[in-house]
Amino acid sequence: MSFLSSPTGFLTSTIKDALGWARKYSIFQYPFVTACCGMEYMSTAASHYDVDRFGAGFPRFSPRQSDVLFVVGTISHKMAPVLKTIHDQMCEPKWVVAFGVCTCTGGFYDNYSTVMGIDTIIPVDIYIPGCPPRPENVIDGLMKLQEKIQKGEQSRTLYDPRTKTGRPAELSQGYSIEQHIKHIESSP
Amino acid sequence: MTPNLTTSKEQGILTPLQRVQEQFSQEVVETHAFRGDETLVIRPGALLAVAKFLKTAPELDFNFLMDLTAVDYLFFAGGRVQKEFRFEVVYHFYSLKHNHRLRIKVPVDEKDPEVDTLTGLWPSADWYEREAWDMFGIQFKGHPNLKRILMYEEFQGHALRKDYPFNKRQPLIGPQN
Ligand code: SF4
Repeated sequence: MSFLSSPTGFLTSTIKDALGWARKYSIFQYPFVTACCGMEYMSTAASHYDVDRFGAGFPRFSPRQSDVLFVVGTISHKMAPVLKTIHDQMCEPKWVVAFGVCTCTGGFYDNYSTVMGIDTIIPVDIYIPGCPPRPENVIDGLMKLQEKIQKGEQSRTLYDPRTKTGRPAELSQGYSIEQHIKHIESSP
Repeated sequence: MTPNLTTSKEQGILTPLQRVQEQFSQEVVETHAFRGDETLVIRPGALLAVAKFLKTAPELDFNFLMDLTAVDYLFFAGGRVQKEFRFEVVYHFYSLKHNHRLRIKVPVDEKDPEVDTLTGLWPSADWYEREAWDMFGIQFKGHPNLKRILMYEEFQGHALRKDYPFNKRQPLIGPQN
C-alpha cells in the first residue's frame, strides 16, 4: 500500500494518463445534427477525411452510450430543451463540441428563433467556427479535444450574457481587426 | 399589355381570371394580369364561395392549393404606401388538369384578422393556415386544429408581424435575450 500512497503519486498519475490516452482514442460521439453543417460533418466522417484515424469514427445514436456530443447546426429555442436533455442523459465524463458558427454564437441569425450560442445552455469544450467549417478545421478541433481529454479537462461553465463571462478565457479576450490583419500578413 | 388574354377572349375561351370575374363581379375588388400570371383581390366574405367555384367548375378545376400565406403591409414601402387593410391572405391555386394558375388575395383588417378556412375543400390548407396563424396571427374560422406549428405554445405574439421586434427572443430555457 505504501507504493499506492507514495508521495510521488506514481501509480495514480500513471493511471490517469493511461485513462486519458484510452479515452482520447476511443471517442464515441453523438452527432446532434440539425442543419446545413451536417453536410460538412458527413464529409468529415466519410472515408476521404476519415475521423476513424483519430478514434472517433463510431457515432452512437444514443446519448447514454456516447461521451462526446457534437452539436452540428442551428439550435432554435424550440429545440433547446431537447439539447439540454440529451446532454443531461450522457454519462460522465462527457465533452461537448460546438460545430459551426451557429452553435458557437448564433452566427448571423440574430432573430426570434435562434439560440445565441449553445454555451448559454450547456458547457462547451471546443468551438469550431466556420459556416460550415472545413473538414480540416473539424479535424483540428478534434485534435484539440483529444489534448483536452488526455489532460482530463472538461468545461463546466455556461456563458452569461449579462456579465459576459463564462466562455473559455481565450475566447472572451476577443480578436481585433489589427490582430486579424497581422495574422493575414504573417501567413505565407 | 396582355396579348394572350385578348386572343383567347376573341376565341371565346375565358381565362380563369375572367371566368371568376364574370361569376362574382360584385365581389372582385381588383384584378391584375401579366403574361398569364393572374391575380384577383376579393372581399373576405366571398372567399368560400369563390374557392368552391374554383374547385368544382369543370373548366377551372383547381385541384391543387399550392401555397397559402399572409402579408403584413404595416410600414409597406417604408410607410409611403398606406393600405386600407393591414393584412392580405394570399392563395395560389393550380390546376393539374388544365395547367393554369390563379392567385387570390383577401384583404384582412387588423382589428379582426379572420377569414374562412379552406381545409374543407383542400386538406393541404391545414398546415398552411396554422403557419399563417403562428406567424401573422390570422384566425381561420372553422379550422379543426388551429394552433401554432413552428413556434412553441409559450411564444407570445406573432413573429412575422412587422411590429414584432425582430430580435426579441422568448427562450424556453437559457438566458432572456
Ligand atoms: S454555421 Fe452555417 S453551415 Fe452551419 S448550420 Fe449555421 S448556417 Fe448552416
